[in-house]
Amino acid sequence: MTVALDQPVAAAKPARRGRFSINVVPYLQAAPLALILGAFLLLPILMIAVVSFWDYDFAAMYPDFLTTNYADTLGSWVTWKTYLNTLKYAGIVWALTLFIGFWVAYFLAFHIRTTAMQMVLFLVCTVPFLTSNIIRMISWIPVLGRNGLVNSTLVEIGLIPKPIEWLLYSEFAVVLAMVHLYTLFMVTPIFNTLMRIDKSLIEAARDAGASGWQVLWNVIIPLAKPGMAIGTIFVVTLVMADFSTVQVMSGGQSASVALMMKNQMSLLQYPAAAANAVVLLVLVLLMVAGILRIVDIRKEL
Amino acid sequence: MSHDKRTFEFYVLAAFFALFVLFLYGPLSAILILSFQGENGGLTFPLNGVSLHWFANLFERQAVGDFGGSFKRSFILGLMVMIVTVVVSLLAGLAFRQKFRGATALFYLAVASLVVPSIIISLGIGVVFQQIGFRPAWYTSGFGAHLTWTLPFGVLIMFAVFNRFSPAYEEAARDLGATSWQTFAHVVLPMIAPSLIGVGLFGFTLSYDEFARTLMTSGTFNTLPLEIYGMTTNVTTPVLYALGTVTTVFSFLVILLTLGAIAYVGGRRPRA
Repeated sequence: MTVALDQPVAAAKPARRGRFSINVVPYLQAAPLALILGAFLLLPILMIAVVSFWDYDFAAMYPDFLTTNYADTLGSWVTWKTYLNTLKYAGIVWALTLFIGFWVAYFLAFHIRTTAMQMVLFLVCTVPFLTSNIIRMISWIPVLGRNGLVNSTLVEIGLIPKPIEWLLYSEFAVVLAMVHLYTLFMVTPIFNTLMRIDKSLIEAARDAGASGWQVLWNVIIPLAKPGMAIGTIFVVTLVMADFSTVQVMSGGQSASVALMMKNQMSLLQYPAAAANAVVLLVLVLLMVAGILRIVDIRKEL
Repeated sequence: MSHDKRTFEFYVLAAFFALFVLFLYGPLSAILILSFQGENGGLTFPLNGVSLHWFANLFERQAVGDFGGSFKRSFILGLMVMIVTVVVSLLAGLAFRQKFRGATALFYLAVASLVVPSIIISLGIGVVFQQIGFRPAWYTSGFGAHLTWTLPFGVLIMFAVFNRFSPAYEEAARDLGATSWQTFAHVVLPMIAPSLIGVGLFGFTLSYDEFARTLMTSGTFNTLPLEIYGMTTNVTTPVLYALGTVTTVFSFLVILLTLGAIAYVGGRRPRA
């Protein structure tokens, strides 16, 4: 049987190599993707880089080569504070989603015995991700508001004398909503790597006398690192780019880089927003490049 | 003894998982309930009677802007994005199975599309259209902006699918005298059909819910998420929750329909 399968492969090889030099098929197949990403990703980013050096007033932009947009952005104390604030959100949300995501994935991968049940529970986690982000943000209002579920329950059982004010429209609310929105991006890749761990490795570690924690720390977590890295890329880039959660959940009391850009855009200060965009893009790409040094995504798919 | 410890770990983690699910669904069910708020009720509990008042309110133009129109636009855009995402991702997935110049660059371009902040893409496309002199519209610039979000997901899924796809099936088909088109249509396509439906689901729902990329690219007419986003600042009645309930129920229906389709196709598929 294997011989019969092997033979045509061997026979086909030289023929394929002969054809390879003129094989246009993969180019044609890849062309639509390349064209779309070229027109709607590469070109716009190049345009932003160009426009970031332009001059502008309240009405229009003028082609030029000025560095004032960058000088204004990088020279302002507000910008630095906003970047720090955004990085703070990224750090906190990353840590929380990593912790929650890992344990949820771990539970699904190692404690649920049947594949069918695993898939059902995984779908239960996935479905909210496929519904509207804004609605999911809004849904916290009746829960966290001044007269919301949490406050009225706490007052009723006498734990607090009057409603807590910082539950909604605060940095706490922003972090909570971001964890709510983005944890799934951590669960999925970690679950994927955990499912591929050969169970005999864990048995071998147990047989060699490792305790539960030692198995977790020395076998499972190292093998789950690629999944954690991919989840980290998702969560960090999503938080760094976020403006809506910050705007809605902080009630305008907190800022992020993307929100600052959005405000500049609504004032038609496109070159200023473009300079900001270039700085943010460089920062995000550096972070992703750093994470990609740990993991080769092509191998993990 | 080790058995006892495992069951203890199981219960702790099961409780953690249950809390996580409650965390995911709790707030959603709160707005689901509150959308049936009585006519004089407010944005929070308790329910002041039960009515369908706010659902009726949804269809009055002055209350919530243009709900019907924006829903229709979002729905059509979602379908357009879905079709293009499935076709282009499938083609790209097939391309990546062979060696070609620029394959790595194209792959990383797709990954970049995922990590570049949405608002930057929105701004960039907006400025490009402005400079070329095209009017941005949801079906041109908005369409392209959505594709930069859905295509990387589609391409990565197809990449993963073909990584696990054994070439033995195609070789067997070829040995039996199938042409390359027959091999594709009768062997490859049926085997990857469930994944393609999954890509379609991603394409539709990601587009239907997307708004950061649509912000600068939708032109004169809003898509549904933009309409809702606008409402968060100026609508202070439960009509907001009614809208949330309607769109969420719609999303759930789409997901159920897709899962049904995947199960149907998967069940019909001959055992491989």
